[in-house]
Amino acid sequence: MNFSVLQFPASNCDQDAVHAVRLLGHSARLVWHKDASLGDTDAVIVPGGFSYGDYLRCGAIARFSPVMQAVKQFADNGGLVLGICNGFQVLTEAGLLPGALIRNRDLQFHCENVFLKTATHDSPFTSRIPAEKILRVPIAHGEGCYFADTETLAKLKANHQILWQYCDQGGNLTDAANPNGAVQNIAGICNEKRNVAGLMPHPERACESLLGSDDGKWIFESIFAALKNKTVAARA
Amino acid sequence: MTEPAITPELVAKHNLTPEEYAHAVEILGRTPSYTELGIFSVMWSEHCSYKNTKPLLKTFPTQSPKILVGAGEENAGIIDIGDGIAIAFKIESHNHPSAVEPFQGATTGVGGIVRDIFTMGARPVCAVNSLRFGPICSGGLRPPTDGEERRSQSAATEAEEEAQLKNNRRLFAGVVSGIAHYGNCFGIPTVAGEVYFDKTYQGNPLVNAFCLGVLRHDQITRGAAKGVGNPVFYVGPATGRDGLAGAAFASQDLTEESAEQQRGAVQVGDPFMEKLVCEACLELLATGCVAGMQDMGAAGLTCSTCEMAARAGTGIEIELDKVPQRAPNMSSYEIMLSESQERMLIVVHKGREEEVKRIFDKWDLPWSEIGIITDTGHMKVRHGGKLVVDIPARKIADESPVYQRDAVEPAYLKDVQAFRLNGIADTTTPAEDLKKLLAWPSIASKNWVYRQYDHQVRDGSVVLPGSDAAVIRIKTDSLPVMSAELAAKVGDPTVSEKLIAMTVDCNGGYVYLDPYEGAKIAVAEACRNLACSGALPLGATDNLNMPSPLKPELFWQIKESVRGLAEGCKAFNAPVTGGNCSLYNQSPAGPIDPTPTISVVGLIEKREHVTTQWFKDEGDAILLLGDAVESTPLQGLGGSAYLQVVHGQKNGSPPRCDLEVAKTLHTTLIGLIQSGLVKSAHDCSEGGLAVALAESCISQLIARETPRLIGATVDLSSVAAVCDRRENSLDANGGHRPPLQVRLDALLFGETQSRIVISCKPLDAVKVVERAKLMGVPAVQIGHVGGTTLTVKTATGEFSAPLTELHDAWWNSIARAMA
Repeated sequence: MNFSVLQFPASNCDQDAVHAVRLLGHSARLVWHKDASLGDTDAVIVPGGFSYGDYLRCGAIARFSPVMQAVKQFADNGGLVLGICNGFQVLTEAGLLPGALIRNRDLQFHCENVFLKTATHDSPFTSRIPAEKILRVPIAHGEGCYFADTETLAKLKANHQILWQYCDQGGNLTDAANPNGAVQNIAGICNEKRNVAGLMPHPERACESLLGSDDGKWIFESIFAALKNKTVAARA
Repeated sequence: MTEPAITPELVAKHNLTPEEYAHAVEILGRTPSYTELGIFSVMWSEHCSYKNTKPLLKTFPTQSPKILVGAGEENAGIIDIGDGIAIAFKIESHNHPSAVEPFQGATTGVGGIVRDIFTMGARPVCAVNSLRFGPICSGGLRPPTDGEERRSQSAATEAEEEAQLKNNRRLFAGVVSGIAHYGNCFGIPTVAGEVYFDKTYQGNPLVNAFCLGVLRHDQITRGAAKGVGNPVFYVGPATGRDGLAGAAFASQDLTEESAEQQRGAVQVGDPFMEKLVCEACLELLATGCVAGMQDMGAAGLTCSTCEMAARAGTGIEIELDKVPQRAPNMSSYEIMLSESQERMLIVVHKGREEEVKRIFDKWDLPWSEIGIITDTGHMKVRHGGKLVVDIPARKIADESPVYQRDAVEPAYLKDVQAFRLNGIADTTTPAEDLKKLLAWPSIASKNWVYRQYDHQVRDGSVVLPGSDAAVIRIKTDSLPVMSAELAAKVGDPTVSEKLIAMTVDCNGGYVYLDPYEGAKIAVAEACRNLACSGALPLGATDNLNMPSPLKPELFWQIKESVRGLAEGCKAFNAPVTGGNCSLYNQSPAGPIDPTPTISVVGLIEKREHVTTQWFKDEGDAILLLGDAVESTPLQGLGGSAYLQVVHGQKNGSPPRCDLEVAKTLHTTLIGLIQSGLVKSAHDCSEGGLAVALAESCISQLIARETPRLIGATVDLSSVAAVCDRRENSLDANGGHRPPLQVRLDALLFGETQSRIVISCKPLDAVKVVERAKLMGVPAVQIGHVGGTTLTVKTATGEFSAPLTELHDAWWNSIARAMA
């Protein structure tokens, strides 16, 4: 599979995303933010970082970049897009995902491991995560508090768009397990069509036991599986 | 624009002595222009010239076969780590700016050191910092040890004290968020550090930032203005009036007045810009068009042009009208002395100018061709059609004044050396004292700090903050992009995994109480931390944070500290590859404790050797390597955290540091680790054996709000016997020494050097003890891992503390103080 990892001027998890995809046996390349085309690609990763410095609002400028127009088109055509951390922020700013990410409730940057409960396995981003498996994945963000109005939340729930929620080691959605004050402990969601997803935690930092956890690989394995099914379906 | 006339007052205002000024006139053969005066002022400031410390710095060991770029040669030293790969690293202070404006002071501290690293052609891969502040809670305050020199607490009312604490917290929070802001946005993991709180740093915090980068041997870039006729490029953001003469500001005493006046000397950091400049520079280097590169750090355009020309033995001519400027009507003085951040000076091979333009346009960065390399040996600066500067570059860079300062042993040391434990009651409440020590901010977990730093970006952090040393993994994409030529030479670009460990250490209190011994301890502790993580030292970088060199008593502290560091670095084969001197760290309230922080970097051979400090499995054996208590009158309690926290005294000669003993201990431990026998290793430092044991039980973190607590039951009565064994031996005169009455507080909380707590499989315990003893290292099994408490039995009784309580005291202490 060919992954396109976007590279904004201050993306800083772009190399990590490429590293993770390659480590798991697939190919990935960087796509410069000024490029208006993604080229031949099976899936897009919008990586973490600070896109254009993010002095204004995280991801607020990135949505206007040429490459994001190409990503929108790719998503409209059903392509798989995963936004990680800043990538999640960019996707909400670009209107590809509902809701917004605001300052952490304690106003501090948080870098630490969190536990994630997979709310639904019915998505190209979660299908391969073992049932009942609680993922341990790092976060690193200052503006990761997911917020959406009541109506949007109701929709997210009704359509099973909430993919991951912060939980404790036992899988309970406690307040103490919530690192940033996200509404309903939401760590990641997908769009209604289920082909675009975003999450604040960094699965690409959790693909090797040397780095403390390889739970993040399940998210990538899910994407690989979805792409494989798609290819098989297309051939048929 | 009329420039002020050069008067003795103006010269004095520029911190130049009449003799220094006379020498400047001699070099020029005429009176300097105003701009030239400014240039001499910054180039001959301590920050740029090391004029007061140069003779001392020469005593550092700086050689090893692995050193590719040595101390003082370039912006940072470079060490070979095998397979054609090398690391560049350095530490630098930003103390004065952080005292005035903590957030920006800290951001620019990080920015400056990161630039020093990529200037060498290396990709910055991790950051470390060493911080000192005044106390953040009232438990941290204590009476001074002597009268005038130290700050007097007695006069301060409670309200004043609270105001001071509040200010200390403001500085602490500001510095931490500044480091976080810059490092996180730039995308560099901040993987290790240390933070101490002590009254001596009140009003004069210390902020030392370290950065490490990776590159191939063939990618080393020099800061030399090579090639007559080559064009000189300015790249990065426009020059403004910010940071005017910051280097000169850093080289004088910090007073209320200077802080207020010099607020404009604090630069403003822009990590986004730094990221762009770094990526663009590394990309440019890969084209092979760069002849020399240097960042504009301290003394901005002045220092970079002078130093580059001096290194190459060439001249340089620049045109200030071509320098991008942020403010209108800037004078040549201002442009030359501005310390606006994130700017680089690049010399490009003639004819390849287009490549600079292409790459810097791609990154949307300002660039400008501002000058040319000449063969005149002079730095010439033109502005508005006039020649405003004409200085022989090598002379100003290399003929800076050097001073041999007088050193006199300070009187307070007599009292320190005479200090005895008589009248200090032994502990009767060890569990309480242990909790107090764990909650003491200098010992307590620094999670409130490092949780704010992204410490995992770049997918290389193997051991995160919270163990003895950080460990990072270097992989192929850690390296800068290669030029086509190099890529062809290298062939397969894949590099085998490298594991680098690093730590930074210094107990300033020890150094105050005995500068020589204290500095040795700083090096020994750093190397001990590395040994505990499985690493052998490769090299070191030092940051001398010192008071004024002009007072003989204070200069003595500097001199003795350097002697201790030098001996330590020699003993552990950790040559100094560079560093930084920050003098004049004193405010009206008095001088700081001399604080020669030392960062040591080491290499771990294999993944399997990476070792962490926390106990692993129930039933494992716990062993103590090293002598339990030193046989001196103070039994390792001099200058200890225990004496400070429980008895309110910062006094007594610090523990003795025998470098040979330390070295043997470290090599023995590494041998044991490499044999696969060691499951955890944690060194005893502040708070002694009891704190080391407690930390081994409580310091593993699984995830947010999820520590892994694993208990221990320890019997130290056998350890006292080990001490007795030593005491029964003959002394130097052949007589029997009186048996040492080991105090309980000394056994539990004494800070005797060269001790490490390790754990291993129960079946391996005998083997480990035998092997250690064979190497000449005292070793004894003291207990086993398991349970939910830390239970310690001694000759005089037993105490037990629930891990949840110990963990809460240790983990939440700083967050509570900052709430």
